[in-house]
Amino acid sequence: MTRHTLSVLVENKSGVLARVSALFSRRAFNIESLAVGPTENPDLSRMTIVVDAESAPLEQVTKQLNKLVEVIKIVELDGGSAVQRELLMVKVRAPMAERTTVLQTAELFRARVVDVNTDTVTLEATGTPDKLQALLAVLAPLGIKEMAQSGTVALGRGPRSMSGAGTLRPVDRSA
Amino acid sequence: MTTTPSESATREAAAALTGVETTARSIAESAHLPATGITGAQSLVRSLEAVGVEVVFGIPGGAILPAYDPLFDSHVRHVLVRHEQGAGHAATGYAQATGRVGVCMATSGPGATNLVTPLADAYMDSVPIVAITGQVPSAAIGTDAFQEADIRGITMPITKHNFLVTDAAEIPQRIAEAFHLAATGRPGPVLVDIPKDVLQATTDFSWPPRLDLPGYKPTTRPHGKQVREAAAMIAGARRPVLYVGGGVLKAGATEELAELAALTGAPVVTTLMARGAFPDSSPQHLGMPGMHGTVAAVTALQKADVLVALGARFDDRVTGQLSTFAPGALVVHADIDPAEIGKNRKADVPIVGDAKETIAELVTALRAEHAAGRTPDLAAWWEQLDDWRTRYPLGYEWPEDGSLSPQYVIERIGAIAGPDAIYTSGVGQHQMWAAQFIRYEKPGTWLNSGGAGTMGYAVPAAMGAKYGRPDTTVWAIDGDGCFQMTNQELATCAIEGIPVKVAVINNGNLGMVRQWQTLFYEGRYSNTRLHASNADGTPKPVRIPDFVALAEALGCVGLRCESKDDVDAVIEKAMAITDAPVVIDFVVGADAQVWPMVAAGSSNDDILAARDLRPVFGDNQV
Repeated sequence: MTRHTLSVLVENKSGVLARVSALFSRRAFNIESLAVGPTENPDLSRMTIVVDAESAPLEQVTKQLNKLVEVIKIVELDGGSAVQRELLMVKVRAPMAERTTVLQTAELFRARVVDVNTDTVTLEATGTPDKLQALLAVLAPLGIKEMAQSGTVALGRGPRSMSGAGTLRPVDRSA
Repeated sequence: MTTTPSESATREAAAALTGVETTARSIAESAHLPATGITGAQSLVRSLEAVGVEVVFGIPGGAILPAYDPLFDSHVRHVLVRHEQGAGHAATGYAQATGRVGVCMATSGPGATNLVTPLADAYMDSVPIVAITGQVPSAAIGTDAFQEADIRGITMPITKHNFLVTDAAEIPQRIAEAFHLAATGRPGPVLVDIPKDVLQATTDFSWPPRLDLPGYKPTTRPHGKQVREAAAMIAGARRPVLYVGGGVLKAGATEELAELAALTGAPVVTTLMARGAFPDSSPQHLGMPGMHGTVAAVTALQKADVLVALGARFDDRVTGQLSTFAPGALVVHADIDPAEIGKNRKADVPIVGDAKETIAELVTALRAEHAAGRTPDLAAWWEQLDDWRTRYPLGYEWPEDGSLSPQYVIERIGAIAGPDAIYTSGVGQHQMWAAQFIRYEKPGTWLNSGGAGTMGYAVPAAMGAKYGRPDTTVWAIDGDGCFQMTNQELATCAIEGIPVKVAVINNGNLGMVRQWQTLFYEGRYSNTRLHASNADGTPKPVRIPDFVALAEALGCVGLRCESKDDVDAVIEKAMAITDAPVVIDFVVGADAQVWPMVAAGSSNDDILAARDLRPVFGDNQV
């Protein structure tokens, strides 16, 4: 199994997410993360789907995704040719005695303090999944009260875009 | 039927719409007058008229009721079925027999969920139908309202696309899009769900609407380089086979196929969904491949060096065990659906395109190969093929108990009704025999549930086919198990004047399941007996149901045949009755089996020509 990141441009309509996720669940693929958001075109949304799957069945699912009427385009973004980021918010136990440690850790990872009170500090961090994992590993001994993490969002590197002219090469539609 | 000028105009529009090259412009040709201040329901019916709908199969109910009021005044005919499943299969039968989009209509909740089976069926067999369902009022959606079901959610995986209409102003556009989606590319079912308040709202109507489907661009034109590569591969083949699937019929490509077959001189096999795409009378035709295919067809695929798959999808019932399917073959795979290519079997030359265009271009490219002197010599291959088909022809033995042979009955129906008739079937032994022992010569004459395997398909599909082609004899070849699932539509046929003919191949059992119990479960007949029986399994003399009496009760002519000598006479009697539906109860033996057979999951190399008869292929000969 390998990790794949699919960037999927879809029509901004109700029900699209259900159609897309159903194609993965039908094959019992577990979606590792999914992020949906607006794009520069108000009629389109971008889904960034990270999935652990063998290449052959994933290619089949990709072709079936391409068949969905509301799917405009699919590009697979691999590590080297794309910038990938996640957003993490984590509420860490931070009594006065340990607060300095928490804040120093935050600084090392370029995380920002977004909420603070007598018992806890809430940090916001962005980065690659690896970096966020590393941050969590350091914070874990201090006591993580709760956390929320976004799915991966990703864009291909370089001047080309997925929706405009000179587009990224789509995942092959023609077999 | 008489045809008014306006009807013929809408038919032309429909014909244009069901063509592959459908554009918004062709819809424009059926220009309809705009209207203001009408209801959503009126807009719906006007849209159906504008898109060229001839007939709707359906049942009204609470949520769809507003639509039935303007439908009452429309020239669009409505056939009131007895169960929504019947409406769905009738739409499918209509579509398969006419090449046009079939339409069914149902109310919300259970009305809509009763369409689920025919939608799944049409999806598996790529049949263009549009289902229109009423939905509870917008404000009630999601509240578990009376007769509410999330039919859009339910049908997402079994439709090509579906819509929930939230604004009456969208109705013309959604209907136009639904018909466009259903008929173009790889055809399939589309569902349009319309809440009751949207049907009741005041709106304006104008036609044609703009189609807004930015993500829908089916590839119909094949890639020239791929086609030339395929032609070179075919020209270089020593053991080629044209593996023809249902896509050839969907694309209306049978003339092109005939040309390609003549040009290549290659053997042709037609799958269950493609029977009729190539004439059975052609010496190049080896018959049907697959689990119950002919020995020659199955073995030709196994031994081929080049497979030319045209609108076929390497279904498990054709390939048997995939890893041992056609081990030495290079594959040219032409299909309009890119997701089919490479799905089950790697394609050496993939071609995405409409079968009609693809085959036509293949013919041109192949002519160039031949002109360049590359014409293969297939004499040795044909010698081998002829040997297989001479030694292992399709056949059957008469039951030892003296009962009537079901294969004989089906063979005689085919012989007497002839190649111009349309044959539908249910699913099971009778279906396989009808695929094997009726000679198909023309497209659109064999309608069955291939992918989904939907028991109960035959009668409602025959009804839809007969409605669409009233001058054609339509026979439903049904089993007694299947017949008891959907025979209520014979009441519809009787009342609406749709004189179909039904042959119930009545062996008193779920025959195919029983066959598997005989072969794989030591003859333990768990729950396959349909007839009344004593404790030891022997039949009781009572007929439950009495199919003749049942037919009469449903307004049909009921006939019965129990002996070989009466078979022709009873078929001819049924053929002579043209003003009412006819049901013949053919009481046949329970022990007849479908052969040849490749057991589920087995390799096609292990085909049995008959029980315990393994063909000898002489592997050194190829």
